[in-house]
Amino acid sequence: MNNWPAKWRRIRALTLKETRQVLRDPSSIAIGIVFPLMMILLFGYGLSLDVSRVSVAVVDEDASTDSAALVGAFRLSPYFRVTVADSMAEAKRMLDRKVDGVLSIPSDFTRRWHLGEAEVQILVNGMDANEARIMQAYAQGPIAQWSAARAGSDALISAGPVIVTDRMWFNENNNSHYFLVPGLIVLVMTIIGAFLTAMVVAREWERGTLEALFVTPVRAGEFLVSKLLPYFGLGMIGFLLCLTAGQFLFHVPLRGSLFLLCLASMIYLMVALGIGLLISTLVKSQFLASQLAMLLTFLPAMMLSGFLYDLRSMPAFIQGITYALPARYAVALMQTLYLAGNVGSVVWLNLGVLAAMATVLMVLTRLATRKQLS
Amino acid sequence: MTTPASSPALRLDAVCKSFCRETGESVLALDNISFSVGKGELAALVGPDGAGKTTLLRLLTGLMKSDRGIVSVLEIDAAKDPQAIQSRVAYMPQKFGLYDDLTVQENLDLYADLHGITAEEKRRQFADLMEMTGLDPFQKRLAGKLSGGMKQKLGLACTLVRTPELLLLDEPTVGVDPLSRRELWEIIRRLVKDGMTVLMSSSFLDEAEGCERVLVLNEGKELAEGPPAEVRNMALGRTFLAQPPQGMKARDFQAQLLAEPDVIDAVPEGGQVRLVSQARSGGSQSTTLARTTARATPARFEDGFMVLLDQAGGAKQTYTEAVQPEKPLGDSRHESVVEVRNLVRHFGKFVAVDHVSFSVKRGEIFGLLGPNGAGKTTTFRMLCGLLPASEGTLTIAGTDVRRNRASARQHLGYVAQKFSLYGQLTVGENLDFFARAYGLGGEKKRERIAWAISQFKLEPFILLPSAQLPGGYKQRLAMAAALLHRPEILFLDEPTSGADPFARREFWQRITSLAAHGVTVIVTTHLMAEAEYCDRAAILDNGKVLAQGTPAELRAHASGPAGHSATMEDAFIAIVLEGRGKPAAKPGAAQS
Repeated sequence: MNNWPAKWRRIRALTLKETRQVLRDPSSIAIGIVFPLMMILLFGYGLSLDVSRVSVAVVDEDASTDSAALVGAFRLSPYFRVTVADSMAEAKRMLDRKVDGVLSIPSDFTRRWHLGEAEVQILVNGMDANEARIMQAYAQGPIAQWSAARAGSDALISAGPVIVTDRMWFNENNNSHYFLVPGLIVLVMTIIGAFLTAMVVAREWERGTLEALFVTPVRAGEFLVSKLLPYFGLGMIGFLLCLTAGQFLFHVPLRGSLFLLCLASMIYLMVALGIGLLISTLVKSQFLASQLAMLLTFLPAMMLSGFLYDLRSMPAFIQGITYALPARYAVALMQTLYLAGNVGSVVWLNLGVLAAMATVLMVLTRLATRKQLS
Repeated sequence: MTTPASSPALRLDAVCKSFCRETGESVLALDNISFSVGKGELAALVGPDGAGKTTLLRLLTGLMKSDRGIVSVLEIDAAKDPQAIQSRVAYMPQKFGLYDDLTVQENLDLYADLHGITAEEKRRQFADLMEMTGLDPFQKRLAGKLSGGMKQKLGLACTLVRTPELLLLDEPTVGVDPLSRRELWEIIRRLVKDGMTVLMSSSFLDEAEGCERVLVLNEGKELAEGPPAEVRNMALGRTFLAQPPQGMKARDFQAQLLAEPDVIDAVPEGGQVRLVSQARSGGSQSTTLARTTARATPARFEDGFMVLLDQAGGAKQTYTEAVQPEKPLGDSRHESVVEVRNLVRHFGKFVAVDHVSFSVKRGEIFGLLGPNGAGKTTTFRMLCGLLPASEGTLTIAGTDVRRNRASARQHLGYVAQKFSLYGQLTVGENLDFFARAYGLGGEKKRERIAWAISQFKLEPFILLPSAQLPGGYKQRLAMAAALLHRPEILFLDEPTSGADPFARREFWQRITSLAAHGVTVIVTTHLMAEAEYCDRAAILDNGKVLAQGTPAELRAHASGPAGHSATMEDAFIAIVLEGRGKPAAKPGAAQS
C-alpha cells in the first residue's frame, strides 16, 4: 500500500488542486501579493520614523557675517529647509502651518559671541512631540558645525566648547527603513503563513469536502503536505518582494549572508504555516480560525516582536510573554542579518529556537489531523 | 432474515453508536444494528431524519468508530484498518465534496490521481463517465456553476473514476429534480448490473422499492430488514383509493381522513385519496370513509413503511390541528389574486424567464414545477419584488408589483429555499425580529407572536437558538415568521427539500389548512407526489411554461404502464422531454 510513486502522485494532485484554488481565489492573491506590496509601500513611504527636510523659518536680527554663516550652516544641513522671515511676529505666524520650527538669532548675537555667551532661540512646534524632540537634536548639528568653524578661524578664542560627535552604529543615518524592512519580512510571512493557512483546512471542513476526500487512499500526512507547499511558495514570493524592495527601493544594506537570510525566512515561514495549520485543524471554522490567527500571530508580530517597539522598554511581564512568540526570534534574526552581519551567537540561537518551534508545530498538526469525523 | 451465502460485501453485527449532544445528554444514534449486503446487491437504508442512516454509512467508511459491535467491509475490520477500506470503497457523502473553484475536468482528475488509476484506465473510464452523466459539454465549467442535479452527477462520477468494489451513497437524490433523479437512478442501476455492490440511503421511499434489500431505521432502531417486498406486504390488503365526497377537494378530504384514528396514512393522488387503514379490508372503517366509496389498490413500499412505523408507535404524529382562520373568505373565492402576464427576465443575453403567464385565485394552491434551472426561483423573486422584471405585468392583490413594490409586499409572505432565519437568535427573538420588520408593534405584535407559537407548536423551543432546531422545526419557524403579518399570499420555494415523509405530510397539512382559510399559496417542489396537493400547477423548463392545469390534466400527458395510471412524475418527465424535443421515454422507468 505504501508505494512511493502512488504517494507522490497523490501529493502532486492535491498540491495542484490547492494551487489552483489559491490562484482562483482573489482573496488569497490579495493577502499573498497585494498585502505585502501595500505593507512595503506603507511602511516604506508612509511610515517613517525619521525627520528630514524640516522647514524652519530663520529670523536674523543680527544680520552680521557671523549670523549669516550660522544660517548658511542650517541651509547646508540635509535635515533643514530654511525660509527667511523678516520679523519674529511673521515667523510665529508661519509656525502655525508653514514651518515646523523657528530659529531666532538675536541682534546682539555677534557681540555676545565674542564674550563667549552667544545664544540663539529655537522654537519648535510641539504638536508632534517625537518630531519636536528629533528636530531639537538635529539643530545641534549645524550649530556645532558653525561654532567649530568659527573656533578654527578665530585664533583669539582658544578654548572652544567641547563638541560631542554621535556615531550611530549599524544604522549610521538613523534611517528607520533599516530596521523596518527586516521586520516587514517577518510581518508578511506571518500573514501569508498563519492567516491564510488558518482558513484552508477549516474551509474544507465547512464545505464538507473532507468527508469525500478522506474516503480515498489519501493519507493525512499527504493531505497536510499538499496544504503546506502552495502557501510556502506564496510566502516565499512575499519574501522576495520584501527583499527586492529593501535592496532597490530603500537601499537597506544586507550585511549578513543572503543564504542565511533565505534560510531564516524559510524556517520562520514553516513556523507560521505550522501555527496556521494547527489552528485550522483544531477549530474547523473559518471565521474562528481567522480571528485566532489574527490574535495569536499577526498582532503579536506587529506589537511584541521588536518590529515597531523596543522590547526592552516593555514591562518585565510583557517581555516574558515575548519569549513565547516566534516573531520575536525572527525579527531579531532578520535585523541582525541585515544590519550587523553573520553574528554567529545571535543567528544560530534564534535559528535553533525557530527550527525547534517549527518541528513541534508540524508534529502537533500531524497528530491533530485524523481521518475521523466526530 | 436471510443472509447471502457467499461472504457479504459488508456486514454489521450488533453495532451501537452514541453521541454526546452539546447539552451533555447522550443520544443513541444506532442501537444494536445487524445488517449485511451481499456482493453485487443493490441495498437501501431508509428512514426519517435522525434515523441513523448517515452515521451507519460513516461507520462503514471508517470515518467513525462504533462503540460496540463489528463493522466489516470487504472482509476488513473497520475498527482495525479504516485506511484499507477507504482505499477500496467509493463514498458519496450527502454534501458531496466537490471543489467549486475547480472545473468538472479538474475535479475528476483530482480523484483519478488520488485513486491512482492508470492513464489508459482513466481514458476509458472518463469517456464512459462523461457519456453516462451527460457532463461532456461542461468539462471546462467550474463545478460551482453547475445546477444541483449536475453537481450530484459530477459527485457520483468523481466517486466512480475507479470502478470500486462497493459504492456507498448518502441521500444522492435529495434536492434533485425528477429528471435528474431518474438519470441518477439509471446510472446506479447500470453499475449494479455490471456487478458493483451499492448501498444508498434515502428518505424517498419509492426509491427503496427498486432495491434488492432494505434496512428500515427509525431513531437508531431497526424496524425491518430484508427484501422491500416484505415491507410492502405489511400493508397488504390495507390500501385503498377513496373518492372525496361531491364538492370536496382531495386534499381537504385527505386532511379529514388523517384525523381518523384507524387511518395510518393518507395522501392525495390523482384527485382521489390514497389511504392506509389499520384494519385489513372488511374490518371496521372510519366514519369519514363510510361517507364515500373506497376501492382496494395494490400496496406500495411507502404504505408498508407507514404500517411499520405505526406499529413501532411513532408513525402518525399529531399534525392534524388546523391553522386558525385568518380572514373571512366570503365571496372572494373566485377573484384572482396573483396575475402574471408575459413575464420576462433577462440576465445579459440569457433569458431566465421567457413570457410566463399564469393566474392564481384566492385560496388556491398553485405549484411551479420544473427541473433545476427552469426559472422557478427567478419567477418567485420577481413576484416578491426582490428582482425587477424585464418585461410583462405582475399584479398581486390588485397592486402592480413593478410599480409599487413596497405595498405589494404587505400582501405576501415569502419562505426562501434555505429558510432565512438568524441562526444565533433564539426562536422567540427571530419571531420578534420578523414581527418588527413587518411593522408590528405593541399589543398587536404580542398577539401575533403568541399565535405563531401556539399554531406551530414552538413553545418548547422558544429559548433555543434557531440554528439548533431540528430540521422540521426550522421550516415551521420560517413559515411562522412569514405569516406574522397575516399575508394573503404565501410564496414557498422548495420548502420540503430534504424533509422526511413525516415532515412533508405535516407541512402539507398546514398548507391545506391555510388554503382552506383563504390564503393563496404558490409553491415550488421537486417532489411530484407533492404536486398532487396543488389545485393547479405549471411545468416550467428553460424559462417557458410547457403545461399548466390541474394535476389530473397534467397526468393526462403521459400514459402509464399497462393497467396503471401515470404518476405525476411520469407526466412531468414526459412533458419536459417533449418540450426539449426529445422522444418521451417510457413512463414508469423511475420506479422499479
